[in-house]
Amino acid sequence: MPLMYYLGLSAFMFTIGILGVLLRRNPLVVFMALELMFNAANLAFVAFAAFHKVLDGEIFVFFVITTAAAEVAIGLALIIAIFRTKHSVDIDQMSELKG
Amino acid sequence: MALGTLIIFAVLGLVVAGSAIGMLVSRNAIYAALFLVLNFIAVGVLYLILGAPFISFAQVAIYAGSIMVLFVFVIMLLGAEQLPVQEPLRGQRWIGLLAGVLFLLEAGAFFYLRTSAPQWAAEIGFGFESPVVVGRMLIEKYLLPFEITGFLLLIAVVGAIFLARLDTPVRGKGLGRHAQTGERKE
Repeated sequence: MPLMYYLGLSAFMFTIGILGVLLRRNPLVVFMALELMFNAANLAFVAFAAFHKVLDGEIFVFFVITTAAAEVAIGLALIIAIFRTKHSVDIDQMSELKG
Repeated sequence: MALGTLIIFAVLGLVVAGSAIGMLVSRNAIYAALFLVLNFIAVGVLYLILGAPFISFAQVAIYAGSIMVLFVFVIMLLGAEQLPVQEPLRGQRWIGLLAGVLFLLEAGAFFYLRTSAPQWAAEIGFGFESPVVVGRMLIEKYLLPFEITGFLLLIAVVGAIFLARLDTPVRGKGLGRHAQTGERKE
């Protein structure tokens, strides 16, 4: 299996994640797109680890998964807090900090 | 190279790409979450092909299991399946689409302007990445990052509880009643 196939799939997933962050207005879907980008990076990590026969890449994937779990916990708590104060989760309405 | 591996990779790649696009275009956030679960499981099978069983099962258990359950729970808690259709910021959709296409073009340019021929991934021997080896590496070589990761999770849990708790005691029945009686600020 050429390494390029895995990297191409990873780049495609990353692009879809970028589009999800840029295009969607639901912050939960934006978070899911972020997870998709994490996933694309993980796929590239594991592909390179298998290609070079070095295990460190897979350890990094383990750390990335843990960090993503922490990020999701904080992010969802933030969304709940925002929903409590604004009664809405539309990301275009979170614009009160603009100058 | 065996043709069977290529066919399996093609099917899995189609599932991965299709579910990613489905997550992007589905109007309902619940459907997006379910598409993402499918995506995570397919990527987990790709990890199995790449000879990483520990990462594969961690992916399915943590990502497709707990994280997505958290997502679906919050979506249903907030009732945020669908947003109203009107759009305050005009033109951002096209700019975003342009940025995404630009990124894909850059990746393609990197592929075509490379200096070395595409290489074949080496065959992965059995037992290359057994959970025993991964565990030893985590405890010996990466002990400090491992401990920091545990501390990070602790901070995340404390922070999430702090952010999501109610400031004032509510006499009603929790979040929904509180949101209804709260004053609208806009």
